[in-house]
Amino acid sequence: MRPDMGIEIAGMKLRNPVIAASGTFGYGAEFAPYLDLEKIGAFATKGLSLKPRGGNPLPRIVETPGGMLNAIGLQNVGIDSFIADKAPFLRTVDTPAIANFFGNTVEEYAEMAERLDNVAEIAALEVNISCPNVKEGGILFGTDPAQAAAVVRACRRMTGKPLIVKLSPNVTDIVRMASACADAGADALSLINTLTGMAIDLKLRRPALANITGGLSGPAIKPVALRMVWQVARSVKLPVIGMGGIMSGTDALEFMLAGAAAVQVGTASFINPGALQKIAEEMEKWLSENNVESVRSMTGALQ
Amino acid sequence: MQFTSMILSNFQISPGYWRMRLTAPREFGHAEPGQFIMLRTSSGIDPLLRRPFGIFDAGLHSPPQTGAASHPFFEILYKVVGKGTSLLSSLHENDLLDVLGPLGKGFDMGIPGEEKLIVGGGVGLAPLYLLARELVKHSPVRLFAGGRSRDDILCITEFERLGVECYVATEDGSLGECGVVTEALLKRLDSRNRQKSAIFACGPHGMLDAVSKIASERSIPCQVSLEGYMACGVGACLGCVTPGKNRTAENPDFRCVCAEGPVFDSRELGWGNI
Ligand SMILES: Cc1cc2nc3c(=O)[nH]c(=O)nc-3n(C[C@H](O)[C@H](O)[C@H](O)COP(=O)(O)OP(=O)(O)OC[C@H]3O[C@@H](n4cnc5c(N)ncnc54)[C@H](O)[C@@H]3O)c2cc1C
Ligand SMILES: Cc1cc2nc3c(=O)[nH]c(=O)nc-3n(C[C@H](O)[C@H](O)[C@H](O)COP(=O)(O)O)c2cc1C
Ligand code: FES
Repeated sequence: MRPDMGIEIAGMKLRNPVIAASGTFGYGAEFAPYLDLEKIGAFATKGLSLKPRGGNPLPRIVETPGGMLNAIGLQNVGIDSFIADKAPFLRTVDTPAIANFFGNTVEEYAEMAERLDNVAEIAALEVNISCPNVKEGGILFGTDPAQAAAVVRACRRMTGKPLIVKLSPNVTDIVRMASACADAGADALSLINTLTGMAIDLKLRRPALANITGGLSGPAIKPVALRMVWQVARSVKLPVIGMGGIMSGTDALEFMLAGAAAVQVGTASFINPGALQKIAEEMEKWLSENNVESVRSMTGALQ
Repeated sequence: MQFTSMILSNFQISPGYWRMRLTAPREFGHAEPGQFIMLRTSSGIDPLLRRPFGIFDAGLHSPPQTGAASHPFFEILYKVVGKGTSLLSSLHENDLLDVLGPLGKGFDMGIPGEEKLIVGGGVGLAPLYLLARELVKHSPVRLFAGGRSRDDILCITEFERLGVECYVATEDGSLGECGVVTEALLKRLDSRNRQKSAIFACGPHGMLDAVSKIASERSIPCQVSLEGYMACGVGACLGCVTPGKNRTAENPDFRCVCAEGPVFDSRELGWGNI
C-alpha cells in the first residue's frame, strides 16, 4: 500500500510535506537539472527586498562541525527583477512557489506584501522577520513580540494569500514570539531560521567570516530546532513548518512527530542538490514499511 | 550532473600534491577546460560540504589489461591543505566518490592562430592542462609556471609533451628562474614582434591581480579562473561571489564564481574591491 503523502497547509494543497527552504534553493530553476521539481511539495525562493541588495563582504560562509555558518547578508535581485526575470520560470512548474521577503521598516514589509500579492506565480508569502528595524534603531523584528506583530498585521492587511511567518530561534521565549504572530493574523509559522554563531581562524587570529558572526545551519542545529518546533506546535493553534538540519526522510518524520505539518530542507540541498526529492521518497518508504496510511497522521503523534 | 565515481588511481606527484583519476559517465566528455567538479570527501557529516576542484584532464581510460574496454575518466590535481583534502589523499583504487559536475563556465578558446600565454601558480595549474590540450590544436602555446619552490611546479613534462613551450620561475630559485612568474611573462610580452596574444591564468589572488594589470596595460585579452568559498556550486547559496567592475557603494555588482565563473574576463572584475 502506498501511503498518502498529500498535506494541506494554510489553504495550500501540497503533494508531499517537503518544501525547499529560502536562501538554499535559489529561485527554483537552479535545481531543475538535479531533481524533478514536480516531486517536491513546494519551494521558497531567496529572501526578497524592495531594492536589489549586494549582501555582505567576503568570506561569507565557513564550515563548522556538522554545519555551516553563513553571513550572505540577504543578497537578492530585488522585487522588480524577481517579477521580470524569475517569476516566468515559476509558471512552468506545477509546484507552489513561496516568496520569502523582508524589509527594513514595517512600511517596507507591507509594501512587499502588497506587491507580492499581485504576482500570480506566487502561491504563498513567507515573512522573514530576522532583520533589524532600521527606523527603530536596529531592534530585531524577530526578537521583539510587539514589533513582530506589527509586521504581521501590516502584511496581513495587504494580502489574501497564505501568510507564513518565519521565526528566528535567537530568542529566549519562542512561544511568545509565535503567539504574537498568530494573534496578528499569520496563517502558518515556519521555524527555525539560522542560529547566530561565530567561528575563529586561530592562525590568522581573526573571525572566519568578514561579518564576524553568521547563521548556523545544518545537522548541528537539529536538536535545537526539534525542541522549538515541539514547543510552538503544542502551544499555538497554527500549522507549523519545521526545519533545521533535516538531511533524511527520518529526520523529516521526527519533525512531524514533534508537531510539524510540513518541513523545509535547506543546507541538505548544498550537499546533495537532489536532497528534497530523496527525502520525500525516504519518508514515503518509511511510512509504507511501518504501515502508516497517511503522512498527515504523523503530525504531533509523539507518544 | 551528479554521479558516483570510482577511483582509478590516486598518488602523490610532489610533496603535498596529489593526482587522482576517476571514472566518469559518457556525458562528461563534453567538459570544457576551466570547468570544475565538487565532490564529497566523506559520506558522513564531517566534512559536511562538498569540495571544489578544477578538471585537470578528461578523456578515455584504457585499462592496462589487454582486452578490457576503455571508458571515460577525469582527473583532478589537488594540494592537501585541510581535512577534506587529507581524506582524499587516504583513498585508494576502487573507492567510490560522489561527484557533481562539470560545473561553471570554462575558458573561451580565443582566436585560432594567435599566441596563447598560460600562467599558473602552484596548484593553479590544475585547470590549465585540459585548456592547453585544446589550445595546442590551433595555436602556439606558452606556459608560465610559478611557485615557491621546485616542489610547487607540477606536471611540466605533461605540458611539454603537448608541445607547449614552458617557462618556470620559483621564488627560491630551486627550479627555473629565481623570482615571480609574472617577470617571465613580462619578458615574453616585451620581446613580441607585433604579435597578438591572449592570456589565461589561474593561481593565488596576488598573481592573478598582477597578471590582469599586465594584460590591461598592454590591452591583451586576459581570462582568469577564480576561487571562492563554495557551499552549493550551482548558484544558490551566494557564498562564492566576487565583486564585479561596476561595484560601488550604490551598485551591488557581485558575480557568482560557481555559476557565472569560475573563469572571468579580467576586465569584468572589480580587482580593487576583492
Ligand atoms: C572553483 C575552484 C576550483 C578549485 N580547484 C582546485 C584544484 O584543482 N586543486 C586544488 O588543490 N584545490 C582547488 N581548489 C581549492 C580547494 O577546493 C580547497 O583547497 C579545498 O576545498 C580545501 O578543503 P579541505 O577540507 O582540505 O580544507 P579546509 O579544512 O576546508 O580548509 C583548509 C584551509 O584552506 C582554506 N580554504 C578552504 N577552501 C578554500 C577556498 N575555496 N578558497 C580559499 N581558501 C580555502 C581554509 O580557509 C583553511 O585555511 C579550488 C577551489 C575552487 C573554488
Ligand atoms: C546560505 C543560506 C542562505 C539563507 N537565506 C535565507 C533567506 O534569504 N531567508 C530566510 O528566511 N532564510 C534563509 N536561510 C535560512 C534557511 O532557510 C533555514 O531556515 C536554515 O538554514 C535552517 O535549515 P537547514 O538546517 O535545513 O539549512 C538561509 C540559510 C542558508 C544556509
Ligand atoms: S557556491 Fe553557492 S552560489 Fe556559488
